[in-house]
Amino acid sequence: MAPRTTPLHDLHVALGARMVDFAGWSMPVQFPPGIIAEHTHTREKASLFDVSHMGQVALSGPSRVAQLEALVPGDISGLAPHRQRYTMLTNDAGGIIDDFMVANADDYLFLVVNAARRDVDLARLMAHVDGVTELADRALLALQGPLAATVLGRLAPGVGSLAFMGVGVFDVAGVTAVVSRSGYTGEDGFEISVPAEAAVEVARRLLAEPEVAPAGLGARDTLRLEAGLCLWGHDIDETTTPVEAGLGWTISKRRREAGGYPGASVIARQLAEKPKRSLVGIRLDGRVPARELAQITDASGAPIGTVTSGGYGPSIGGPIALGYVDASHAAPDTAVGLAVRGVAQPGRIVKLPFVPHRYAKGQGS
Amino acid sequence: MSDLRYTKDHEWVRLDGDVAVVGISDYAQKQLGDVVYVELPAVGKSFAQGAEACTVESVKAASDVFAPVSGDVIEANAAVNDDPSLVNTDPLGKGWFIKLRVKDRGELAKLMDEAAYAKYVEGLDA
Repeated sequence: MAPRTTPLHDLHVALGARMVDFAGWSMPVQFPPGIIAEHTHTREKASLFDVSHMGQVALSGPSRVAQLEALVPGDISGLAPHRQRYTMLTNDAGGIIDDFMVANADDYLFLVVNAARRDVDLARLMAHVDGVTELADRALLALQGPLAATVLGRLAPGVGSLAFMGVGVFDVAGVTAVVSRSGYTGEDGFEISVPAEAAVEVARRLLAEPEVAPAGLGARDTLRLEAGLCLWGHDIDETTTPVEAGLGWTISKRRREAGGYPGASVIARQLAEKPKRSLVGIRLDGRVPARELAQITDASGAPIGTVTSGGYGPSIGGPIALGYVDASHAAPDTAVGLAVRGVAQPGRIVKLPFVPHRYAKGQGS
Repeated sequence: MSDLRYTKDHEWVRLDGDVAVVGISDYAQKQLGDVVYVELPAVGKSFAQGAEACTVESVKAASDVFAPVSGDVIEANAAVNDDPSLVNTDPLGKGWFIKLRVKDRGELAKLMDEAAYAKYVEGLDA
């Protein structure tokens, strides 16, 4: 089956992108400057990412808040209008079916879900929530980097008033867009949902700004890895719980106490007793990258876990990894080995994120 | 035309007497993207034609590099060890990987010349 294309496909090709099949979509993995240059540009200026492969879903039924809360551990009833938060669909074992952003867009809840999980998520949502609509006629752009607010402010006056995780409707270069101040890079930035037919025009206007360059999925992955952000299908999946993944912070006191979502008893027990394994960050001492599925050993060479994401961190200037280790070995500074081609590469557990987050400060206005 | 010979796995080899210099093609480095580490074999190691000889790590993934001809390693390029980006910036020159003392020059006959390789790569992109 031919991969699906986003409205920006022809623009990517014209910009010299190398296209790859990702979760059934033809997406740019990198542009001519390459992953490291795109990564660095994002950390220093602002990059435009096409994330239109992600699923955009509206929940508009009258009981949407209670119905969604029955599927996720996140506090949806406490989500104020024009605010967004991160949560996940869980299964009865407390595993993560998918992780996603949900925004309170006044008369509906607006979800952005992973491309690889949109069908699974939609089926689950439609079975349990009224008024589920996939917004298949919308594209999603991410403008990420320390200059993102300056740039977007020129095309969409007023976006600077958005606080981190704030959401609003703005006129972006003449196009009505749902804009959230969020992203997947650890930098300040925005995700911009626009009608599919307007996506090329908005992208061109953003790329015409001198601070902006296009970036592909390759840089998106190195940026999120350095930011310590989980990738579904790698760091989290149906066999890992939010507590094991270090995502307990997404579960409010009320939801911890009242439960009422799939896997609540498992998750409550792990929150009380600590889980048996934890997702940790690992900084390698040398230059050999350790990839997903590499075995993690303790100082004596005994297996203690497995790498779930690993590669080169351009801002770190060396190899980094995420992986699950036995809870008894999860403390920062613990010496570990990562098996690469039969050799244990030395490293140590470090606090996440690898690169400090630089999200917008304050509550906006 | 250059005297390079290419494999279907995108290694190149240049014969100088009985010494074969081995690297990866410009097409290969473009496919890999930014190279961040190259694992080279020790001097003295022996490889049969087609055997796994080196590993090249890009930002995205690790890829094997196969010996285009049989031989013993007489030198590994210290420069790409210090600066792996040479594989991207000068794949056919300073970005070479290893030098092999060739056992059977006849093995080169199985490899593609520049024109045949260019045609082969064109077919991959189609």
